[in-house]
This record gives sequence, C-alpha cells and structure tokens, in this order.
Amino acid sequence: QRSPPPPAPTQGSPCGSASAKDSVEWEGRSLLKALVKKSALRGEQVHVLGCEVSEEEFREGFDSNINSRLVYHDLFRDPLSWSKPGKALPGGPLEALRALDKRTVSGPATIALDSLSWLLHHLPCPTLCQTLHALSRQDSCPGDTPPGEQVRVLGLLHEELHGPGPLGALSSLAQTEVTLSGMMGQASAQILCRRPRQRPTHQTQWFSILPDFSLELQAEPPLESQPRSDPHTPSVDPTTHLTFNLHLSKKEREAKDSLTLPFQFSSEKQQALLRPGLGQATSHIFYEPDAYDDLDQEDPDDDLDV
Amino acid sequence: ATLVRVQRGGSPSAQTEGKLTLLCDAKTDGSFLVHHFLSFYLKANCKVCLVALIQSFSHYNIVGQKLGVSLTAARERGQLVVLEGLKSGVDVFFRPREEPHPLQFLREANAGDLQPLYAFVRDALQPVDSGEAAWRCPVLLVDDLSVLLSLGVGPVAVLDFVHYCRATVCQEWKGNVVCLVHDSGDTEDEESDVLLNGLSHQSHLILRAEGLATGFCKDVHGQLRILWRRPLQPTTHRDRSLTYQYKIQDKSVSFFAKGMSPAVL
Repeated sequence: QRSPPPPAPTQGSPCGSASAKDSVEWEGRSLLKALVKKSALRGEQVHVLGCEVSEEEFREGFDSNINSRLVYHDLFRDPLSWSKPGKALPGGPLEALRALDKRTVSGPATIALDSLSWLLHHLPCPTLCQTLHALSRQDSCPGDTPPGEQVRVLGLLHEELHGPGPLGALSSLAQTEVTLSGMMGQASAQILCRRPRQRPTHQTQWFSILPDFSLELQAEPPLESQPRSDPHTPSVDPTTHLTFNLHLSKKEREAKDSLTLPFQFSSEKQQALLRPGLGQATSHIFYEPDAYDDLDQEDPDDDLDV
Repeated sequence: ATLVRVQRGGSPSAQTEGKLTLLCDAKTDGSFLVHHFLSFYLKANCKVCLVALIQSFSHYNIVGQKLGVSLTAARERGQLVVLEGLKSGVDVFFRPREEPHPLQFLREANAGDLQPLYAFVRDALQPVDSGEAAWRCPVLLVDDLSVLLSLGVGPVAVLDFVHYCRATVCQEWKGNVVCLVHDSGDTEDEESDVLLNGLSHQSHLILRAEGLATGFCKDVHGQLRILWRRPLQPTTHRDRSLTYQYKIQDKSVSFFAKGMSPAVL
C-alpha cells in the first residue's frame, strides 16, 4: 500500500536532484550558496563537495549559524594528490563522492556538488551518473523513504564546458533543471521540473541574490525602457569640443531641404532632357585640327556589309 | 584611464591579492598585457615566476626596459625566476629520463599532466624563511596557456595545472596568478573553447583584448573589456564590466572610452 505522493513544495522537491547550469556571464555559485543557506536555515545538514573554490571562499558570507551546519569536503586543495605531503582526500574524487552517501548523521540533508563540471572532467561520465543516481536514491519510490531520510542533491554545472552527450546524461538524472541567464543586469532562472507521473513544467523566475546570500524572487522582468545612467562614468557629450560645426541653422536647413540632387531623376528633369528648351544653350563642339591630323570625311563603317 | 587605475590601486593590496587574472585576446595580440603585468609586479617588489613559453628571455627584457624594469637585474637578485620554454624545451631530450623537468610532457607519448610544471612553479615561489628582505606576494605569470594545447596537452590537464597554481599561489600564499590565453574564435576548436571557458569560470578578473570589428586602425589598436567575475559580494552584472579602447605606444599604452580617441575627435 503506497502512501500518497508528497505535496508539491514551493521550492524544489523533497528528494531527488537539481542541477543549476551557469555560464561565464551568469555565474551560478551565488545561487548554489543561496540554496545551501535555505537548506541550512531549515535545519538540514548540508554537505558540500568543493572542487573549485577553497573552503574559506565558500563559507564567506555565511553567518556562524549556517557555517555550523555546513560540512565542507575539500577537493580543492589537492584533488589529484600532487602535493607532498599529500593533503588529498583518500581515494580521490570518486571515493569522496561515494563517501557522501555514507553519512553518519541521519535526518534530511542536502548535498551540494561544486561542481558537476569538475567531476565530469575527472571521472568517466557513466561512473559519475551511476554514483549520482545512487546518491539521490531516485530508484526508491517517494513513499518508501521516510521523509526524515530524504536527500536533496544540488549540482552546479558550467554549460559551456561540455558537449551535448554528457549534458544530456546529467539532465536526465536531475528532477529539476535550472538554467541561469539574465537581462540588463537582472538574473533569471529557467526552471524545468520533472516529476514522476506528471508532465514536465517549465517556468521562468527572475531573482536576485543579496549580499548575505538570501534569495530574493522578483515577480516581473526588468522594464526594457528604463535608461539607467551609469554611476561610474559621467555621461559626456562628444559634440562639445569639436573643431567643426555639427549643427545647422534654420536657414541652412531650409536651403538643404530644397536642393535637388544632381542624380535625382524627377519627371521634370526627364522632360528637360528629352526636349532641349529655348532657355537652354545648345552645345557646340569646337575642334581645331592639328597639322598632323588626318581628316577623312569618309565614314569608316561604310565597308561593313550590315 | 590607465590600466593600473583600473586595477583599483597602484600597488597590490589586500583587495587584489590572491586573485587569478585571465588575459585573453581575440583577433589581436594581447601580449602587451603580459609585459604590463610583468613590469607592474616587479616594480611592486613582488617575487615573480614567469613561465615564458612563447618568447625568449631577451624579448621580455627589451620590452621590460622600455617599461622601466630590468629583468636581468631582477633575475640576479632572485626576484624573478624565468622558465624559458624555447630554450629548456630542447633540454628535455638531452637529459636523463629520471630527472624531472618542468616540460616533461614533451617527452611523453600521450602528454599526461602538468604536475612537473606545477612543481617547478611551487619551488620557485615557495616563501623562504630567511634573513633576507622578504618580497611582497608571489606572482605567477604564464605566457601563454594556449600553446600547451598545441603541444599536445589536453585542456583538462591545463585547467588542472591552473587549479593547482590557484590553490597554492592564490589561496595558500595569497599571491596572484596571471595567464594569457587566446580565443581562436574558431567554433571548430573545442579544446580551445573548453580551456577558455574553464579558465573564465576559475578567474576573478578577465581582461579581454579584442581587435576592432571594423579592422585595423592606426590610432585605435583595439578594445579592452574588463569583467570582474568573482567579486566579494554578489553584485549586479552591470557593475562588473567595463570597456575601453586603447592605443599601444612605444613606452606605454593609453586607454580611452569608446569613440573618444583623441585622433578621431
């Protein structure tokens, strides 16, 4: 007998995985940190597998309340065991990822992977997908796993670094896919939500992230007509110190508008050309032959049999 | 505006330490930025390691002299360590295989990773506890990373090398790393794109020198786009990028806002 499916939550699903795809222009780590903060404030324990930034940098901006709930698994300092003495996590990246599954503390938890791109570059794609699948326990029915044990997996993925194959494979694993973009300085998220036995839903959410990594949702996209003056560079009028005149006086403008251009072909001009009027001087050709000129009155085309 | 002012300060401060700056050029030669940073950090009394894979030492020295630093003198007093790729690349083949060489990958059939090169950088910039005058923060300059792709190193291996340099030089020793990479603009070159984008994601500051879209111009040599990618606080996107145009002169580079070159006003 199955228990009814969990009620649709406002933010993400109670279990399963979500991936946030970012780009160089619209970075996603701030969003990841904002979601981590939300989980921590809900009382969950957060495990971060940090491959790209140091622990110090990731924890920056979080207060002690959040930091105490955050366990940082450091794959940044020495992921490939190059240092001597080795500061690496034993077993390398794969073992570190698998170890996240064996947490000793029970209760709802969030696992943040920073980043999936790094893992994809260093682990074979099938291995990574299998490990992620096991991590988010997607093969168990939502009703079987008690709510207290549910795990949410958040992954940060840099879209430009991978081909369509790996991106597609990771997309199929994630229940929620968030693609970051934006317009005019305002970030937006295209959210694709796939729930079992339901149709995928698609929505766009405008948001901003405050300095303390709180997530602020905005209802409307930014207005396109708003001209924003840049506070850093004062607007400069380039026509102020010119050595030539760019402006026209009223009289000059009138004269300019009434001028007919030489190659503009109007009907008057056409008539004038067809019928040389009295007012027009007929043209004469004055020819002064030189001493050496050979004036032959005969038509050179006469012998043509045309 | 001068590039130095754009970097928010005449000398490295706490705000600008521990950073990875990515220099990138597209349809133009961005090496003037490398020379700028080299002379800038030497003048600021930093310990500098230059991984010079493109030009000979004397080339950097000649340009450095125009910018007011003597690389020979800096090398002699131990402030500057240079890996001259063009010269030492040949040494790799004439040394016994057991001795590790920073450019070891040239010998391998499948160019593996750049760990020996990282080891070289780490040994060169390791802060030494001795009685002598301490240099300011350590700085790594690489000119350039794209050539490593041409030498058979995979983009992920180059990204790993930069990752380790960032972890050690930037994070541990609070120094700076500056790398030059080329944007081929060729959509077919996947490796170059992965390298450029991967580096962009790792960088705090990106300086992108671009040729003008309209082609060569005598008075405006190109455009410089400055993108702050990882500010300390998440801010709006607009605050984080600036564009200037520039003209390279004999001993300096002058910057001006777009369309405001003195030659065209």
